[in-house]
Amino acid sequence: MTIAASTQLICFLVLAAVVAIGGLGVVLLSNIVYSAFLLGGVFMAVAGLYLLLNASFVAAAQVLVYVGAVNVLILFAIMLVNKREDLAPIPGLQTRRLLSGGVCAGLFALLVRVALTTPWAVPGPQAVGEGSTVRIGEHLFTDYLLPFELASVLLLMAMIGAIVLARRDVQATDLGTGQAADQGLIEKSRTPLLVDQPPS
Amino acid sequence: MSELLNGSVPLEAYLLLAAVLFCTGVWGLINSRNAVRVLMSIELMLNAVNINLMAFSSYVDGDLIRGQVFAVFVITVAAAEAAVGLAILLSLYRNRVTVDMERFNLLRW
Repeated sequence: MTIAASTQLICFLVLAAVVAIGGLGVVLLSNIVYSAFLLGGVFMAVAGLYLLLNASFVAAAQVLVYVGAVNVLILFAIMLVNKREDLAPIPGLQTRRLLSGGVCAGLFALLVRVALTTPWAVPGPQAVGEGSTVRIGEHLFTDYLLPFELASVLLLMAMIGAIVLARRDVQATDLGTGQAADQGLIEKSRTPLLVDQPPS
Repeated sequence: MSELLNGSVPLEAYLLLAAVLFCTGVWGLINSRNAVRVLMSIELMLNAVNINLMAFSSYVDGDLIRGQVFAVFVITVAAAEAAVGLAILLSLYRNRVTVDMERFNLLRW
């Protein structure tokens, strides 16, 4: 069952506006907290687009993983590093912005041309519609079994890697013997190692 | 364009939306000075690719919805990337006490 066509069109236009304007807001707003919340809005709108495309499982995964995990992780990172700092002005910033804007506009023109001139094979075969979740499950456990298992290994590696990277290396007491660690090591781990001189 | 007249959404509309989102992400990736915003731009680009995959899966692929399977894998990799990226960011912040991308220049020639 699909939604009636005109309702579908209106939903698409609203969601597309949210995605495009929200994406611009994420990039352009000066307050990073607003950017993070807008990013959550963009993720929700993209999940809505997936629902329009009859992909309920991926829409649910998008909400759970992106809004529930990635966005919350980004908010935590902002809270941990959110220090008001005045960014030192660098020479040629405006030129760089204009140049990269030109490059992105060129890329956009290229993508638009490809999207509009390629003779896509539409209408393709009849879409599977509501049975997509069952079909994804069949794919994951038959012909995509190896990537599925590799994804689990990748997630384990990412989890261990994130823990190793983010923890402080020196513990106050030795984990094996329970004795107090060398005080010099603790001091060394507390002080930042690579602070450069503030630009004068 | 005839599809637009009878009210349904054409495939090209999804492709154009994904192009807009991807170019926004690229611009933000180049121009952000806050390291967290760089990670957010990467997430925008991954979402643009996912929109493309889902649109092709729904319009062209018919019964085999391989695009949706690929989108699930992209979401998985994006979650792993975000976790490792933010851990690297925290580690950087601990060592340099800044999130300014212009000052992460230890390997610059």
